[in-house]
Amino acid sequence: MAARFLPSVLAAVAGGGILWLATDGARAFTSEAARRLDVLQSPRKVPEVLLEDMASRQVPLLPQAGEVVLVEFIYTVCGDICQTAAADFAGIRDHLQAQGVQARLLSVSFDPERDTPEQMSIYGDAHEADGIMWTIARPSQKDLPGLLKLFDVTVIPDEWGGFQHNAAIHVINGDGRFSAVYDTDAVQAVVAYLGEAQP
Amino acid sequence: MKMTVLALLAAAEAIALRQAAEASPIQHVLVQMPLLVLAGVLISWDMRGRRVWAVPLLLTALTAFLFWMLPRSVDWALTPAGETAKYLSLPLLLGVPLRLSWPWLAPVLRGFLKANALSMLGVLGFLYTHAPLRICNSYLVSAQQDLGFAFLQLAVVLACIWAVPVLFGHPRWLPSGSAGCSKCGA
Repeated sequence: MAARFLPSVLAAVAGGGILWLATDGARAFTSEAARRLDVLQSPRKVPEVLLEDMASRQVPLLPQAGEVVLVEFIYTVCGDICQTAAADFAGIRDHLQAQGVQARLLSVSFDPERDTPEQMSIYGDAHEADGIMWTIARPSQKDLPGLLKLFDVTVIPDEWGGFQHNAAIHVINGDGRFSAVYDTDAVQAVVAYLGEAQP
Repeated sequence: MKMTVLALLAAAEAIALRQAAEASPIQHVLVQMPLLVLAGVLISWDMRGRRVWAVPLLLTALTAFLFWMLPRSVDWALTPAGETAKYLSLPLLLGVPLRLSWPWLAPVLRGFLKANALSMLGVLGFLYTHAPLRICNSYLVSAQQDLGFAFLQLAVVLACIWAVPVLFGHPRWLPSGSAGCSKCGA
């Protein structure tokens, strides 16, 4: 009797197990959810990379002594979500400044060819990025693919000569590890997270 | 022999759609993936499954089906490892088991599976047309909405096709009736 049902039970258990693993225990059905879960569980080491900011200075991507870095990937002529995302990024900057949290905000262009320092400062001025606590910067063409891969950012060209990308706020903690991802409008969550990490 | 050639043709066509699959989720999910399943069905067309294996094989096919329905699997299928997994698992773990188990399934179970496929297509269609964010990182929002509408259209077409035998009886010119296993030695 048991032998009759055994293959079916085994197939059901194996199937359920595979689907359980494939969704990280029914927690991540999309690749975006999967990357967020993965960096929380195993933060990723960020390499030492220099970016060129809107004043043509070289700025480090990695946090300097005692600070935390928030990274948003953008391209400066982005029409819709990047504009509201930039407004929210400015909101985060204001909150962190008010609380005295040591943090640096970077809007990193994934279109370094078109986003020259002049172009980046137009974007920076429009959103009141001061160039110190929050600056706009571009990686070298050589570093770009590695950064997109590390942060799991997928950029695809859209129908109007722009791009679509999984926009988010990426946290690089004091140890130089990419350790969390937040929605671009999750201002309160980011502020709370950094407030805890840095009392 | 004829079926083997057709199976190889379906697989070749699916692989020829590599570029198209990257550009459009409809080509990927509703053309390339079904072609791979079809290749598996055709390659095993003349094989006979044993009755005791019908349920385990059906469960295998359902697992493969559910796995490839996950949005993150669709994204993964565009990476080299995922692409290989797709080419192997859709024919061998979905097409073949489905073909081997289907003749043994009772009409009620077949109807249940079909009804579930329709409602699932409807839910997916609604989800993909209304989601406020991108479900697959590899595709544009507009393409995602197109895919949603394609799911709904497919649901309507399948509902019509499946309703005909239910409402008007099985047409004589169609082989292998849905009424049982007369052809496969039940």
